[in-house]
Amino acid sequence: MFILDHLWIIIALPLLGAAINGLLGKNFSKPIVNSVGIGSIALAFLSFAELVREFTQLPAEQIPWVKTYFTWITAGQFKVDFSLQVDQLTIIMLGVVTFVSLLVHIYSTGYMAHEEGYYRFFSYLNLFVFFMLTLVLAANVVLMFVGWEGVGLCSYLLVGFWFLKQSAISAGKKAFITTRIGDFGFTIGILLLFWTFKSVDFGTIFKQLIGAQPDALISTSVLTTICLLLFVGAVGKSAQLPLYVWLPDAMEGPTPVSALIHAATMVTAGVYMVARMNPLFSRAPIAMFVVALIGALTAFYAATIGLVQTDIKKVLAYSTVSQLGYMFLGLGVGAYASGVFHLMTHAFFKGLLFLSAGSVIHAMGGDQEMPHMGGLRTKIPITFWCMFIATFAIAGIPGFAGFFSKDEILEAARASNPFLWALGLIGAGFTSFYMFRLIFLTFFGEPRYDEHKVHVHESPYNMTVPLIFLAILSTVGGWAAAPHLVGGTDYFEKFLHPVFAMYAPAGVEGPPEAVEAPGTMLFHALTGWPVIIALAGLLIAWWFYIKSPQTPKKLAESLRGPYTLVLHKYYVDELYNAVIIQPLLWISTNVLWHVVDEGVIDGTVNGVARVSRDTGSELREIQSGNARSYATWVVIGAVGVTVLMLGLWGMVR
Amino acid sequence: MSLPFIVFFVCAFLAVLGALTLILAREPIHSALALVLVMVSLAVLYLLLGAEFIAAVQVIVYAGAIMVLFVFVIMLLNAGIEERTDFSKLAKYAGLPLGMFLILFLAHWMAHSFIGQQIANGVGGTNASVSTRDLSAQLFQKYLFPFEATSILILIAILGALVLAKKDE
Amino acid sequence: MSIVPISYYLVLSAILFGLGIVAFVFKRNIITIFMAIELMLNAVNLAFVAFARAHNQLDGLVFVFFVIVVAAAESAVGLAIIITLYQNRQTLNIERINLLKF
Repeated sequence: MFILDHLWIIIALPLLGAAINGLLGKNFSKPIVNSVGIGSIALAFLSFAELVREFTQLPAEQIPWVKTYFTWITAGQFKVDFSLQVDQLTIIMLGVVTFVSLLVHIYSTGYMAHEEGYYRFFSYLNLFVFFMLTLVLAANVVLMFVGWEGVGLCSYLLVGFWFLKQSAISAGKKAFITTRIGDFGFTIGILLLFWTFKSVDFGTIFKQLIGAQPDALISTSVLTTICLLLFVGAVGKSAQLPLYVWLPDAMEGPTPVSALIHAATMVTAGVYMVARMNPLFSRAPIAMFVVALIGALTAFYAATIGLVQTDIKKVLAYSTVSQLGYMFLGLGVGAYASGVFHLMTHAFFKGLLFLSAGSVIHAMGGDQEMPHMGGLRTKIPITFWCMFIATFAIAGIPGFAGFFSKDEILEAARASNPFLWALGLIGAGFTSFYMFRLIFLTFFGEPRYDEHKVHVHESPYNMTVPLIFLAILSTVGGWAAAPHLVGGTDYFEKFLHPVFAMYAPAGVEGPPEAVEAPGTMLFHALTGWPVIIALAGLLIAWWFYIKSPQTPKKLAESLRGPYTLVLHKYYVDELYNAVIIQPLLWISTNVLWHVVDEGVIDGTVNGVARVSRDTGSELREIQSGNARSYATWVVIGAVGVTVLMLGLWGMVR
Repeated sequence: MSLPFIVFFVCAFLAVLGALTLILAREPIHSALALVLVMVSLAVLYLLLGAEFIAAVQVIVYAGAIMVLFVFVIMLLNAGIEERTDFSKLAKYAGLPLGMFLILFLAHWMAHSFIGQQIANGVGGTNASVSTRDLSAQLFQKYLFPFEATSILILIAILGALVLAKKDE
Repeated sequence: MSIVPISYYLVLSAILFGLGIVAFVFKRNIITIFMAIELMLNAVNLAFVAFARAHNQLDGLVFVFFVIVVAAAESAVGLAIIITLYQNRQTLNIERINLLKF
């Protein structure tokens, strides 16, 4: 049970890689930086594989497997250990994180090959993986928060990687600060959690929930508050309404960063957190509804913005926001396993989409605007086919990964709340539309760029091979749930079942099960609304961009108002700027700076000095050079001493 | 009203008169002569207290040498009526009240304090005056060291005065 | 014991001392100030002698002896300083000698 006893190895390997590359990488040649960077992740992945092997041999009572290494904080009753835990959910997340980050690391050797600060990039990337693994393996909420904050830090560092570019720096700051707002809610949630349960350890908290009288012990309103506060953190980190604004700007970072952090791993931290906290959420129906509502609204809202964007990465960014909304929708209606399933498939196809987009940008020599592309499919075939497969996956075309996960979520939503289902469904249609729009604009049609200026070439092997791996996974990754449709078992859900059932409240069953015959289930699945909507999206995109390309422009002209509104992302950034940022800036400048800092603090310090100086100034006048006044002072002293010595009673009596 | 009392009050009156003249006189030479008056009356009071030797020393040294020195210097420097300058506001306003307070306070205390009463009503002691023989015995036995030290002190004082008052060559 | 109560002498001593202080503060001529100091010393001498009589001891008288000796030495040196001062500043007004100030 080597890895199970030494779980810290999985975390330590990327940290070691980050340290070596960060401190010494300046002097390393590229191959050494590569081997350190990729090697550490590869070793982490192998450790994960070994962990899976050992995990399958664990008896069910020992899951979740917890290993405490040392006590980190003790402050009175508040005790936080450095303890790591493994259960089925951890296994899924570990697999996603290590595998996708391995592929991204390999990809980066090609994409970042001509960049300054090559070693710095790999160092930051390794550091990110370290924090993400800490987040996933943590056995208590404070350690998870350490990882949570750490990935936010690495996101800032990596988004602002090209730190000489003003827009990149601002984007990095925006990402960090916006997620910080969420983290504030998260922190208060942790405090409330500790205050209620007197512990921050997951096991301890969950056990208290199924105590002697399960529902009488902890009041629902407290649980709801805790869940809502924790969810605020998820809203920030996973870019949901209203804190999603940082994610599109985060596209300023290098594309591998967008693939790893803003598609596959960091933004899924919020989803993981809600899934991990499912015992609390299941007992707070209002919080669940809020989660589902925000998820559905975000899914719909972001999809509408994605319809008209022209920057290839921005389309993918809004798509990510939208898909995260689906994950939360799934979690919110109780289909935890479906939400996590979509997390996994999304990591595959969104990671693939981003890496392919990076390949396209690399081929176009740095241009990211789709109106400048066109007809690339013959020139960069590997990239084209991978991206095409990924688009099928994300659109939910049957047979590919996204179909299974998205379908499950929408089914659960329909059984729970028709309004949310409608939002999700329409969003799915939009998703299909804008993704195929992306494909058609980029790869089909006539080239809209100057062929003499831009030399379109396929990417090198270290970039295309990860694409191929992810394409395979985007296809087969969903089949873990496929047998379910033909009467078999949903392996994924079965695997994760203990995680969500162990502390489930009494009387609450899993997501509603379809109770039809296997054959009809398949038939219904294949002809269900999601499929129809997805195919409709595909057809409309084909019509708009292949068959009659003037249609988009004519439609935009006739719907000028809405079109401009959506093109400018509903002016949300401007709204935030006017309502929040400018007032804060004003307060910071006029109140905090002038009044508090200059007035109070400087005033006090300078005031002390001024008082000293003025007192001294006054006092030195005593030395007037006039002996008579000196004599008088002597007399005053003498009289004082005399009175003191002889006592005033000498006069009184 | 016996003779000692009369002598005491007369001498006390003269002493206080002298002191007041010292304060109120406009010419320093008048102040010097007033001080001589004070010293002589104090010498009489010493006699009344039985300290004959001290009374003699007071007249010979204090009134006879020191005050003469003062008068010499006043005449040498031709010190006349001093101009009325009043640069120190503190001295002008706080000096007199403080001085009066001190006088009254000390006087009252001396008159009515426990120690004063005790001494006034104390027992012991003769009415005789102190013999010079006993005084010199004390001086040359118990207080020999200070005696010799003061001789050195006087030597130093002479040297100092010589150096200071010498004209620059 | 003397017939005149000792406290009378002490009161006189206090009065003379106080008057000496008043003179010390109010007079402007350096020599006069010096004389006020001598007045204060005399007052203290009177107190010493009175106490010597009261306790019937000789120590007070010895002390008076030493005070007179020291006063002599001190006045010699002090007057020499005054003469030097007059030679340098041509004034005996103490308020005019005020260079050592802030």
